[in-house]
Amino acid sequence: MTHSQNAELERQAAESSVAGPDNRLRITLMVNGDRREVEIEPRVSLLDALRERLHLTGTKKGCDQGACGACTVLVNGERILSCLALAIQYTGQEITTVEGLALDGSLSPLQQAFITHDGFQCGYCTSGQLCSAVGMMREFDDGVPSAVTADVASGTIDFSDTEIKERMSGNLCRCGAYVGICDAIREAHSEVHSEVHHAGESR
Amino acid sequence: MSIMQTLVQTAARFKPDADPDPLIASKKYVGRALDRVDGRLKVTGGARFTAEYAPDDMVYAAPVFSTIAKGKVRRLDTAAAESSPGVIAVITPKNMPRLVTPSLTDFAKLDKIAASNLPVLQDDSVHWNGQVIAVVIAETHEQAQEAAARVRADYDADEGMVSFERNKDKAIMPKDVLGEPPEIKIGDAEKNLKSAPVQVDATYRSPYYNHSAIEPHATIAYWEGDDRLYVFDSTQWVEGYRNSLAHVFALNRENIRVMAPFVGGGFGGKAGFWWNTILCAAAAKMVGRPVKLALSREGVFRIVGGRTVAEQRVALGATREGKLTALIHTGLTVTPDHARYAEQCTFPTRHLYATEALHVAQYVVNLDMVANTWMRAPGESIGTFAVESALDELAVELRMDPIELRRKVEPARDPTKDTEFSSRNLIEAYERGAAEFNWSSRNLQPRSRRDGAWLVGHGVATAYYPALRFPGGARVRLEADGTAIVQAAANEMGMGVATGQLQHAADRLGLPLHCVEFDYGDSHLPTSPMAGGSCQTLSILAATRATVEKLHRELLKLEQKDSASPLKGAKYEDLVARDNGLFLASEPSRGVSYVEILRKAGKPYLEVEGVSSAPMEMMKYSMASYGAQFCEVRVNETTGEVRVARWLGSFDCGTVLNPKTAMSQLRGGIVMGIGMALTEEMLVDGRSGRIMNRSLAGYHVPVNLDVPRIDVLFNDIPDPQTALGAHGIGEIGITGVAAAIANAVYNATGKRVRDLPITLDKLL
Repeated sequence: MTHSQNAELERQAAESSVAGPDNRLRITLMVNGDRREVEIEPRVSLLDALRERLHLTGTKKGCDQGACGACTVLVNGERILSCLALAIQYTGQEITTVEGLALDGSLSPLQQAFITHDGFQCGYCTSGQLCSAVGMMREFDDGVPSAVTADVASGTIDFSDTEIKERMSGNLCRCGAYVGICDAIREAHSEVHSEVHHAGESR
Repeated sequence: MSIMQTLVQTAARFKPDADPDPLIASKKYVGRALDRVDGRLKVTGGARFTAEYAPDDMVYAAPVFSTIAKGKVRRLDTAAAESSPGVIAVITPKNMPRLVTPSLTDFAKLDKIAASNLPVLQDDSVHWNGQVIAVVIAETHEQAQEAAARVRADYDADEGMVSFERNKDKAIMPKDVLGEPPEIKIGDAEKNLKSAPVQVDATYRSPYYNHSAIEPHATIAYWEGDDRLYVFDSTQWVEGYRNSLAHVFALNRENIRVMAPFVGGGFGGKAGFWWNTILCAAAAKMVGRPVKLALSREGVFRIVGGRTVAEQRVALGATREGKLTALIHTGLTVTPDHARYAEQCTFPTRHLYATEALHVAQYVVNLDMVANTWMRAPGESIGTFAVESALDELAVELRMDPIELRRKVEPARDPTKDTEFSSRNLIEAYERGAAEFNWSSRNLQPRSRRDGAWLVGHGVATAYYPALRFPGGARVRLEADGTAIVQAAANEMGMGVATGQLQHAADRLGLPLHCVEFDYGDSHLPTSPMAGGSCQTLSILAATRATVEKLHRELLKLEQKDSASPLKGAKYEDLVARDNGLFLASEPSRGVSYVEILRKAGKPYLEVEGVSSAPMEMMKYSMASYGAQFCEVRVNETTGEVRVARWLGSFDCGTVLNPKTAMSQLRGGIVMGIGMALTEEMLVDGRSGRIMNRSLAGYHVPVNLDVPRIDVLFNDIPDPQTALGAHGIGEIGITGVAAAIANAVYNATGKRVRDLPITLDKLL
């Protein structure tokens, strides 16, 4: 946690009205670009703050102990497990949930690719898969290696199915849609990249 | 078998076949790989699952689980919990509403569906380790959890029977196995086995498995007055739950509404009317507010049973040419006395192969455990592991290609039912799969292919699951603007129910897809069977077909009141539905649109309800889906690690409604089969009966990297006995998978593993 976040917390703690014996705090979460005020006990996870208090139920609870990935959200662009995070730690940070992935009502290429490739069945793990994939693609593009990266020193990593699968293995899908998930991510990644490439050329 | 059953079965055999469904030949949307209709909702977080409804004033329930397997709660100290912040009530047997004891599933009636017939929190007795002994209700989820942890229990513990190994000798033969005889003997199989020139006789073991749907079981319940109950539940069968709740709470069925618009995976684990639903409804009654009871992951492991452990013997006697003279398959599984569910592991053997003599028998041992239940392809998944492994062992003994052996044992008629097959093209599935997989390049000799440290092997096995249908209803409402709504109380757990049913309804009505809606997931809608046993799709197809026929007959009657009608004098049999209306089949230009019929009749809409007939075809024929599972595995010679490198499933499962969603379902079954074969195992402490790995960190379902590319082929040959020629496909994907892997591991290493999961210690 950065110093400024600590300061923000302290400020909020000082300002917050303590409501009864359960020490509730009023905090502000930035979710999908909206400022959302919520009054919670310090022990409330980010997942439960989103689902039970803000009624943003797109983010799912699969195990509540960091083993399934269904609760994955993005914080400042990085993927985290919201069930293992306390909401009060994330005041003032940019939280993106599945509800924030579509722009002005139009699906992101990744969301569309999940539909095209049937990267889900029941849909319960899907929100976590999507947020995880967004974070994962960014990690990949930043050159972060994974356990299956053969040559860490080479500086280039091939966006292979093995890389995708390894990096997505923290998100369980019991319906077994892994083939479609992998196809969707590969397609979305190449689409985004050809767009970037294209934009560069036309300039 | 009762006299009545015998009579019905005899009548069914002599009943002439209905003509095959004419829509098989003229389908338009059916068979197309359309995107699922609820895809957008699911990728935007808009699909709302049970725990996500938020009625005003809702409170939270958290169960307390027993830590002994058998005995009595001597003292329950709830004082600390009661004084814990936010707590509204602590429910114990003392203040729990008096309830009727749930009834086990009755397969003759199939209306109520409890997995266990124990009284629910009515007394201080404990019947399994993990049973709920109290429930805390509090204002928030956190407060309920905290208070639940403060409940203290002292027990008078009895020595429970929890170890499978130590209690095998107490096995008994159950009265029946899902209504079928527990034992069938044709000829003298043991004698034939002894005299057979080639023999295989082996025991196959599989552990306890857990469904582990990613959505944990959840319920939200609220009451209106004393006698109206509303329930959102992550159930696989809204109607079965409605009926069971009515029974337990002694209410009229009409006074209960159970809703489940989206269910986050079930795989059999959300069918059995478990305690969480009952406790939630009881809690809501007690506190007079809506209550949410969302089980924790641990809670799911504690109070929802999974697949039983099993020990199966398969013995094969064969001629040198590969003809079976003896086929013996006996199975021992676990079920507690309060569940009485003998998992039907010998069922595939009853219908798969030709043999001179056959003996199948099932036994159970009654342990003090959470009720075991259906899990994806109950019976057939573990049954095919045993029999398909044994067949591979026989092929090895015969030095014969295992597919060639399948040809030798292909039966002309069902071996135990002694009927014809309605549609069986297993050998074709093998042949198409073999060509696509390049099976002919496989080396018969084990340990003959390697890639560095990795031994490479190939395996094959038969997939099998019956094609079941139950009678059901549907409602079709045709609007004046020519759009239609089809309704059935079905459940969507990811199978693509709405998508497939819409494709069918549009074709059946002759409407464009966008003009049809499908409503489901509500017990107030016309009756549907459970989303289980691969029966839902087929059952709703038949119900919709019957209902649309009724609608068309009524429309024709209305239309023929007009003496100038182009359909004047036509009979229902002369009509086809297409282009938004009804037309003469013989004279395609003569017809009338639905809009026109309703306009002339002055009706704002026409609504009909219909039901499908009793499934007599299932008695007359042996009806099932078949498949051939092909795989390549790599086994690390140093570490014993097994990786699945390539998969092809070639299936014979009737007309495919939607190849995209169908492929996902079959792949999903194969993925679960990979887990069953290699990583999944519920570990039970043999002393305390406590499930030790009660989390997704401890119970290892396959992750993305465990799963290779999976190709799927369809024969796509319609079954003349079903609506659209279709079969359900939810279960068949998992069948044969564990055997194909074990067979490939043998081909790679020369080691035969008969004990699932195939972990590395078994290969070193």
